Amino acid sequence: MEIAPLLKRLSEAGGVSGYETEVRELVFEEFKKYTKDVRVDKLGNVIALKRGEMEPHRSIMLAGHMDEIGLIVTDIEEGFLHFTGVGHFDERVLLGQEVMVHSKRDLIGIIGSRPPHVLPKEEREKVIPMDKLFIDVGLPPEEVKQIVKVGDLVTIRRKFIELRGGLVTGKAFDNRASIAAMLVCLEGLASLRHAWDVYAVATSQEEMGWGGAITSAYGLAPDIAIAIDVTFGHAPGLSEAETLKVGKGPAIAFGPNIHPKLYDELVKTAKEMEMPHQVEAIPGMSGTDAWVIQVTREGIPTALVSIPLRYMHTSVETLSTKDVERTGRLLAGFIGRLDEGFMEKLRWV
Amino acid sequence: MGLEVLKELSEAFGVSGCEEEVRKLIIEAIQGYVDDYSVDTIGNLIALKKGPPRPSLKVMVAAHMDEVGLMVTHIEKDGTLRFRPVGGIDSRILLSKVVLIGEGKVPGVIGTKPIHLLKDEERRKVVKVDQMAIDIGASSKEEAEEAVKVGDYAAFATDFVQLGDTVKGKAFDDRVGCAVLIELLKERYPFDLYAVFTVQEEVGLRGARVAAYAIEPDLAFVLEGTICDDMPKKKDVSPTTEVGKGPAITIVDRTFFADRRLIKLLIETAEEEGIPYQFKQPVVGGTDAGAIHLTKEGVPSATVAVPCRYLHSPTCLLSLADFENTVRLMKAALLSFNNLCKVMVLKGES
Repeated sequence: MEIAPLLKRLSEAGGVSGYETEVRELVFEEFKKYTKDVRVDKLGNVIALKRGEMEPHRSIMLAGHMDEIGLIVTDIEEGFLHFTGVGHFDERVLLGQEVMVHSKRDLIGIIGSRPPHVLPKEEREKVIPMDKLFIDVGLPPEEVKQIVKVGDLVTIRRKFIELRGGLVTGKAFDNRASIAAMLVCLEGLASLRHAWDVYAVATSQEEMGWGGAITSAYGLAPDIAIAIDVTFGHAPGLSEAETLKVGKGPAIAFGPNIHPKLYDELVKTAKEMEMPHQVEAIPGMSGTDAWVIQVTREGIPTALVSIPLRYMHTSVETLSTKDVERTGRLLAGFIGRLDEGFMEKLRWV
Repeated sequence: MGLEVLKELSEAFGVSGCEEEVRKLIIEAIQGYVDDYSVDTIGNLIALKKGPPRPSLKVMVAAHMDEVGLMVTHIEKDGTLRFRPVGGIDSRILLSKVVLIGEGKVPGVIGTKPIHLLKDEERRKVVKVDQMAIDIGASSKEEAEEAVKVGDYAAFATDFVQLGDTVKGKAFDDRVGCAVLIELLKERYPFDLYAVFTVQEEVGLRGARVAAYAIEPDLAFVLEGTICDDMPKKKDVSPTTEVGKGPAITIVDRTFFADRRLIKLLIETAEEEGIPYQFKQPVVGGTDAGAIHLTKEGVPSATVAVPCRYLHSPTCLLSLADFENTVRLMKAALLSFNNLCKVMVLKGES
């Protein structure tokens, strides 16, 4: 599967947490290519089911969130839009950024800055807080009032670009890259016999408190689950201790959020597949769907596989398409190895 | 009027010292409208539109081709590029942007530490340019050097889009001036018009200085995309100029006092023609006129500009009406030959 064009489509679609419509429709169509059984649940999760051969059924849930962080209009002043963040945006990266304001019709906007020519030096050394920033859509105030209303969602306007060395850059790779990896997995499963049922879930509202994962994991009650997300890739200014290497394979997480035996099995699979991989130690909250899935119902053995990503939560998130592809293949390989006796391997005593 | 040209100019690559692409575009655009053109040693494009057989005036109209941008100063072992700004750039607008580097227009991003890994005090701190790097996806110095080299220029990757009565794009400072000047060349005037597309304005008005010396104009006009600070804020802060309120005439900026007679000519013309105009906030910014007016024994000069929001950032915004009114005002002012002659009389050279 060609990752770049797929990730481009996913990245450029809009889908701020809670308002995932555009990306949901896209994911729905993509999932449809691999199974007839695709549905959308009450919270807007897209759930694809690919049946396995085993009776009685056992199931694995793959969860990758499709929502992205964004902005929301809070006030309109003289035709300029005030806004706040939906999800965790870094104020430092918003200045001079282009956005799409999703109103009656989509409007291009600019998060403007005052020209440096008129700014005293001390002003230039201050980060402008979000409540002092605004969006300029370049229309007269009366027209803005007719088109835009408070509560309209705003996404970053950023085209997908291919860099060198198989790296690509764009917005919302957190976590559309994982959706792409799930699709690679589904494609792999099309030509691979597997015993277990597979639920591929594109979850909603992750960035605002994992809402979609909470309800979908409850609804599906899988035997095991693997969350797929992005993690901090190494970049200038960051220590190697707190980051993973971009282009060196998926990061398999370990820590209290992860069932240690599920982790062992994933690592074993990666080794058997001769798949480059890295270990990510997470001493507590993983900040991913895995965090809530693990404690769903009476508890679900959960693992986390992550794609290393540079510049997270900016408009130039950067990753290696190879890592996306490898993540998908690892998941498919792992699912192919699930058999009747697998749950026994996860027993503590 | 001239929208297609403005789009092409805006999207062209032309950081100070590297104006080749813009120059080529302009040479193409003025074909058939000028009697002669040449490129001088520093790279200014000087086009001549002749007046009547024995013209009594030599008028220079200048617009600069260059834009602010970046230059690669060092390639790190890990393949990332260190850079310095070319011209005045607020370092706060650089994070999380895409730039195009060198002749190959190699795309790169200026990334930053993710917010999750920032310490509290770091979130409130402006990242300095020397702490930033451009990531082109190369994983080593050698790999990076296959695509870029130290000394390569980088410009913002910004497309030109019409938003309504306004347009957004990069480098309106001063590609909008260039676009106005190209429009002016479609008319013939009762004097010799030297249309000068200058280089290196953003690094110290360098091109205009030598062009004015060579041409020895009797008077000069500078066309600009100027500072505009009309976004909502405390009312006691001047907007500098306002988008949509017409061409901005400079009385005085950091680099020169505009010639009073030329200002009078511009105002009278605007009022006769019913063209809206505004004055730029005094003593802010500077233009090529700063160099031109001090050339040789002096050249009476004035600056007329199209207000642009977010100047020197990846994306600027201007009003198409302001653009058109700037062309109208300049055409009408230049065509009023008698008034221009009066300026000369006052100068005592009749």
